Amino acid sequence: MSLATTQSIAEIRARNKELIEEVLKVYPEKTAKRRAKHLNVHQAGKSDCGVKSNIKSIPGVMTIRGCAYAGSKGVVWGPIKDMVHISHGPVGCGQYSWGSRRNYYVGTTGIDSFVTLQFTSDFQEKDIVFGGDKKLDKILDEIQELFPLNNGITIQSECPIGLIGDDIEAVSRAKSKEYGGKTIVPVRCEGFRGVSQSLGHHIANDAVRDWIFGHLEGDGKPKFEPTPYDVAIIGDYNIGGDAWSSRILLEEMGLRVIAQWSGDGSLAELEATPKAKLNILHCYRSMNYISRHMEEKFGIPWCEYNFFGPSKIAESLRRIAGYFDDKIKEGAERVIEKYEPLVNAVIAKYRPRLEGKTVMLYVGGLRPRHVIGAYEDLGMEVIGTGYEFGHNDDYQRTAQHYVKDSTLIYDDVNGYEFERFVEKLQPDLVGSGIKEKYVFQKMGVPFRQMHSWDYSGPYHGYDGFAIFARDMDMAVNSPVWKKTKAPWKEASSAKLQAAE
Amino acid sequence: MAQSAEHVLDHVELFRDPEYQQMLAKKKIFENPRDPAEVERIKEWTKTAEYREKNFAREALAVNPAKACQPLGAVFASVGFERTLPFVHGSQGCVAYYRSHLSRHFKEPSSCVSSSMTEDAAVFGGLNNMTDGLANSYNMYKPKMIAVSTTCMAEVIGDDLNAFIKTSKEKGSVPADFDVPFAHTPAFVGSHITGYDNALKGILEHFWDGKAGTAPKLERKPNGAINIIGGFDGYTVGNLREIKRILELMAIDHTVLADNSEVFDTPTDGEFRMYEGGTTLEDAANAIHAKATISMQQWCTEKTLTFVAEHGQDIVSFNYPVGLSATDDFIVALSRISGKEIPEQLARERGRLVDAIADSSAHVHGKKFAIYGDPDLCYGLAAFLLELGAEPIHVLSTNGNKAWQEKMQALLASSPFGQGCQVYPGRDLWHMRSLLFTEPVDFLIGNTYGKYLERDTGTPLIRIGFPIFDRHHHHRSPVWGYQGGLNVLVKILDKIFDEIDKKTNVLGKTDYSFDIIR
Repeated sequence: MSLATTQSIAEIRARNKELIEEVLKVYPEKTAKRRAKHLNVHQAGKSDCGVKSNIKSIPGVMTIRGCAYAGSKGVVWGPIKDMVHISHGPVGCGQYSWGSRRNYYVGTTGIDSFVTLQFTSDFQEKDIVFGGDKKLDKILDEIQELFPLNNGITIQSECPIGLIGDDIEAVSRAKSKEYGGKTIVPVRCEGFRGVSQSLGHHIANDAVRDWIFGHLEGDGKPKFEPTPYDVAIIGDYNIGGDAWSSRILLEEMGLRVIAQWSGDGSLAELEATPKAKLNILHCYRSMNYISRHMEEKFGIPWCEYNFFGPSKIAESLRRIAGYFDDKIKEGAERVIEKYEPLVNAVIAKYRPRLEGKTVMLYVGGLRPRHVIGAYEDLGMEVIGTGYEFGHNDDYQRTAQHYVKDSTLIYDDVNGYEFERFVEKLQPDLVGSGIKEKYVFQKMGVPFRQMHSWDYSGPYHGYDGFAIFARDMDMAVNSPVWKKTKAPWKEASSAKLQAAE
Repeated sequence: MAQSAEHVLDHVELFRDPEYQQMLAKKKIFENPRDPAEVERIKEWTKTAEYREKNFAREALAVNPAKACQPLGAVFASVGFERTLPFVHGSQGCVAYYRSHLSRHFKEPSSCVSSSMTEDAAVFGGLNNMTDGLANSYNMYKPKMIAVSTTCMAEVIGDDLNAFIKTSKEKGSVPADFDVPFAHTPAFVGSHITGYDNALKGILEHFWDGKAGTAPKLERKPNGAINIIGGFDGYTVGNLREIKRILELMAIDHTVLADNSEVFDTPTDGEFRMYEGGTTLEDAANAIHAKATISMQQWCTEKTLTFVAEHGQDIVSFNYPVGLSATDDFIVALSRISGKEIPEQLARERGRLVDAIADSSAHVHGKKFAIYGDPDLCYGLAAFLLELGAEPIHVLSTNGNKAWQEKMQALLASSPFGQGCQVYPGRDLWHMRSLLFTEPVDFLIGNTYGKYLERDTGTPLIRIGFPIFDRHHHHRSPVWGYQGGLNVLVKILDKIFDEIDKKTNVLGKTDYSFDIIR
């Protein structure tokens, strides 16, 4: 099925260009002009992928993007396990995002951990008309009474909050004082702000800066002795346990992880992070802001890494070790060596089944590039990729370190465009989200959700790579894909294909 | 290292490995954790009557509510019409959420667009978003109808859908005669069942009452047909198909309104069908001529039924009819309204359900149940339990109101098995948690989120409701009709037998009672 292997780069480029032109034809003129800037074919040697990004989605096109609330509550804040996160506004936002992101944590849910609870102010009409500040005040009291072991509270604003002029900052300050300096964080992540989840990440990062770092007491924190090898994992949401299968490698090489942002994270870990010697950043998109802040304010360097697939893992371990002494550098080599037999066995088992298979991706903030290496380790080829809410710096990283010449690039792709692209390029696998999954499976194209790991995972680290390989194999090579055509219809469809 | 290529361990097993367990134990020191004794003390305290009292005194905070917001119901209803694209005016993140939510339950695509309003629209209104959005949707997705509803953002700033749609048509976004029904569906009023009601009423109003002043109102010419409305229902695929089968068996001329049973159950055969089945627009318009409209869920259709009644039709409503008596009432009503006889086949199907109940009732009789869900679902399930001789103890509906409470209480009062039951409108699953600790029951009936209650309280969960995310395909089988009643009975029995087996499977301790025949 792989078209890419049978065609020259020039042919692929021409075909992809043509495909973009064809897709644009469906739009009214104004829309076609706007969408044209988001679709392109990557050209080797260019500093970015040649697409515009982080621009408002066009109404009515079925964008796949979410909102700032999703970026703050759903991504950055929600996984902090010992804090209560209030979805402040009407009931829906909290309901639809309740427990679905699989940010694993260890704790006694409902007693000292609250990740999979849905706390909401459940706004009614009177709250819109008269304002919700008094209700919020009461909610904070009720949380204190019924969930006394919470270590802090965040207020995740839904759309109406910013529109009706509520002063959640004033309520937060007053209640924090009332509760003896309790951490209460107002977050202005109303869904209409910005163009996607991305601004929500930024707003959430800023809320950490202002309401956590801005209120650090001079003494008493952290409650452990610092070492020269303290690092913080930034931008790993522990989906299916990703942060754990990463942490284990960092500790094996001799580092000490003092904080996880934010999967399986806690308020104490956020507060202790300014003591880290190095911040290691996985999801650049969602947490570069706080990393830059910590660099400026506390002088902590940060380095990006990629724990998908053995090639990138080894490269990343060495890069991280580069910030430390020989003990850590040797530790990195020791870890790489230790896992080599596992890596070899995984590749020996799965690569022959996946060699040459083509993949199209459309995911969120780091995966449209970060997972490419893992596919390549298995002999697979990514022929199209795009970001739901990436910025130009994401496309630069993609162009400079990841994609091959003439890869199809689609920013903020919508249902129509993605379907046409997949239909024409016929990849062996599509990796995207729940809204896309069943569309492509109906078309007979194997699919893996690459936000939630399709309820599997972890995919990070060496342990995760084995699961990644298993999952991609079970998707691509499932016998069901040979059965999508009724036998009495198969003959006629073969004829159709031959005629094409 | 536990991982291997031969036997790949994923999250279910991987982290139980001692290496990971040690790592997680070491992580604790950075978490500034609470004293385990204190955690234990508070955990025990949350099980007490004292905690329950404080919990029920909550006035402002909702914890684990069992309801969603209006536009979800509007989208659900809208896709039940032929080639209809739901268009939600407001912030785009909401639409991403509805689509995900429906896809996670049905394991199907869910198509819907947003007008993607952002800060500037918050200031200036969303007219341009509507105008551009309708044009784009129309060109890209070739719908036959676009059904507009709203997110809370558009409602708070007061966008006027009627005027916006009119202006958009004047600007040529869609042809003047293209159908764009609309409904205001503020998330801060009611729940998803209210949104279903508003959207359906909006669509019927569009076709029956002159398409927002652009066409003459239809004049009703009564015929013998019956309209059926399913309401918001996680089992819509199985249920509507079963209802249609019954109507066909009885040879009743009918229209199922908002028939989304096909679009949420399309085949995997190489083609993605964005639209499939659904009530044709012609049938939606002609539904005005029907003799009567039957709603399967009263609380999903209050405004719609009032609207239909105002147009001269008889209206009949049920409360999620499950089981013998409720199905009897439904079938008898169909016969009464249509004048058609009830065919022998339905009597046979009924007899088989009676047979099954007789075979198994000894296992259900006297068992205590807690139920939560949408108001009609709770009513239907409670009624079925009563006729099985089971005892509902707690019935809770976050989106149930006072009128629902009274109707529930009347039902419970009518049966000796309902005497010990309390009804809780407007409460959430954290309230239910207190109820299950302080007044335990044998089984809990609810949606997927009930698994948290099952884990906390040890009450075995029977999954019936919406959403069901963690079990597959149950929505494809009906829970209505006699056949549906049998399906529900089997779900309940399977759990009861599993629990008996679980309690008696300790080798060397309970070798008795681990029976091969039950």
